[in-house]
Amino acid sequence: MQKEAAIREPLILGHKTYHDITEDVCRPIEDKAPKMWYILFGIALIIGLYGVGCILYLLGTGVGVWGLNKTIGWAWDITNFVWWVGIGHAGTLISAVLLLFRQKWRMAINRSAEAMTIFAVFMAGLFPLIHMGRLWVGYWVLPIPNQFGSLWVNFNSPLLWDVFAISTYLSVSLVFWYIGLIPDFATIRDRAKKPLAKKMYSILSFGWSGRAKNWNRFELVSLVLAGLATPLVFSVHSIVSFDFATSVIPGWHTTIFPPYFVAGAVFSGFAMVQTLMLVMRKAMGLEAYIHTKHVEYMNIVIMVTGSIVGTAYITELFISWYSGVEYEAYAFLNRATGPYWWAYWSMMTCNVISPQLMWFRKLRRSLLFTFFISIVVNIGMWFERYVIIVTSIHRDYIPAAWSMHYPSHIDIGVYVGTIGLFFVFFLLFARFFPVLALNEVKTILKGSGQSYKESPDYHNHH
Amino acid sequence: MSDKVIYVMYDDDHVLKDGAKKLVSNGVKISEVFSPFPIHGIDPIIGIKNTRLGIMAFLYGLTGLTLATLGMRFFMVVDWPMNIGGKPNFSYLENILAFVPISFEFTVLCAAHGMAITYLLLNKTLPGMPSQNPDPRTTDDKFVMEIRLSENSNMTEESIDALLSDTGYFELDKKEVK
Repeated sequence: MQKEAAIREPLILGHKTYHDITEDVCRPIEDKAPKMWYILFGIALIIGLYGVGCILYLLGTGVGVWGLNKTIGWAWDITNFVWWVGIGHAGTLISAVLLLFRQKWRMAINRSAEAMTIFAVFMAGLFPLIHMGRLWVGYWVLPIPNQFGSLWVNFNSPLLWDVFAISTYLSVSLVFWYIGLIPDFATIRDRAKKPLAKKMYSILSFGWSGRAKNWNRFELVSLVLAGLATPLVFSVHSIVSFDFATSVIPGWHTTIFPPYFVAGAVFSGFAMVQTLMLVMRKAMGLEAYIHTKHVEYMNIVIMVTGSIVGTAYITELFISWYSGVEYEAYAFLNRATGPYWWAYWSMMTCNVISPQLMWFRKLRRSLLFTFFISIVVNIGMWFERYVIIVTSIHRDYIPAAWSMHYPSHIDIGVYVGTIGLFFVFFLLFARFFPVLALNEVKTILKGSGQSYKESPDYHNHH
Repeated sequence: MSDKVIYVMYDDDHVLKDGAKKLVSNGVKISEVFSPFPIHGIDPIIGIKNTRLGIMAFLYGLTGLTLATLGMRFFMVVDWPMNIGGKPNFSYLENILAFVPISFEFTVLCAAHGMAITYLLLNKTLPGMPSQNPDPRTTDDKFVMEIRLSENSNMTEESIDALLSDTGYFELDKKEVK
């Protein structure tokens, strides 16, 4: 049994037993869903279906229905893609990187953060696919022998690297998540009373029996998958940044992009985790497992990555002047003072100033304030991608080609629709899946549970 | 041949571990332990060797790296060298930097999925498999030790019972199996 310092706040509050943990996590699944769940699900479903409608219209008519023009060939589509991939970075970071660093507080949030990751990457993957215009030839991104002679995809292209990076990230995250879910599905299966539920969870749990040898393998597989997923997390957003950084467009052609994008991704991902967790803990009665200390830890991550992002913005600005390249310098001057100044300064306010408020202990331990900032951060991170993408290309080298981007209602519909679909998936997850990693939380009960830490023999037993 | 199985249930992982230590030191063979979460340190006591899945993951990763290298060399150098601004396109080595990202991604892809599939097959956990834990509570808060008489031919049932009686178990159950 692992001990931790007595002054550390316990990770599990109250006087819980192993059975209480099972009860607390399984109850929302076994009980009838509250009315609020149906209301939220209904709203999310309507918005999601509207988005699907917009996508179908887009596929039937063509990419021309977006607000793109000959100067601005990438706008909301790729902005949304990068935004969703960024959000999708928190889950695997929490479960993989924090596992390697032995951060036990991750266990309260890793399951739902990973679910969030997977759903966010689903939404992200949608954008490049529909941007192809002809979705049905999407398989052309794969190197498969074809009827056009030996025509292969270009392995030198960062766009193809992205195909490999995103699909690897999605499938590995999915496997990592599911392997952790199997033992917890078994718990629900063994408790299930209704025959249909028993049957479903029996299939989902793959016949897990919890033998000692199974657990031995389970722990190693988790560790090795974490070791594989850690560089994967960093590689994915680096490769996303290569889509821009390897081009010759002023404003995109920047070596600082990979670390800056990764920090930004973690920043926005944790913000989304905060938004979801703060609601979920309340709605599902998980306050004993996800409490102020967890929120504070996540706010510290937001503060650190937010500071990295802020430093990157300022470095980028300095380098554009210091490089002596007039086009580069203009691109940045134009961002801050041109027609898109409002987007630039929204980004600066949301991403540079707001995380600095987390230096105050009172603020970073305030749940209401955290909820507010988490939404501000995600608005800011959307603007960051919009600023990078649109302001860099809207003023071409020839002033005659200068242009502005105005989103069409399909642009807006597809984006809002993905938010709806994301919540449809997440609400289904919260309704039918164990939102806490049961088998992991039980292992820290004795090391970090309140009643155990307060017991007199915690520090002299064993 | 008929056999008798003793299922000893505990309500605490440490009590089970202490009990298992005592039984093993008295020469009892424990054939299985069922628990709702990994009990750290139980494996050496009941004689379970560490898994070698890590080695498998490495080999799967190596396979992925090899496949990616061979594939990209074939596509980009042998079969259809692309002319990109007249840059050298006849050698894989001179262009290797462009191939690093996909080599890495494919290595991870193969290692992760190879290991996950092997893990499921070894555990015999696949969709639709029936559960084999002796009691539904072992996935909640109870821990069960399984002792088979056929594996303890040097002991009598009574002597095992005597040893068990002061390990602080929660429930004891015996079953005849074929």
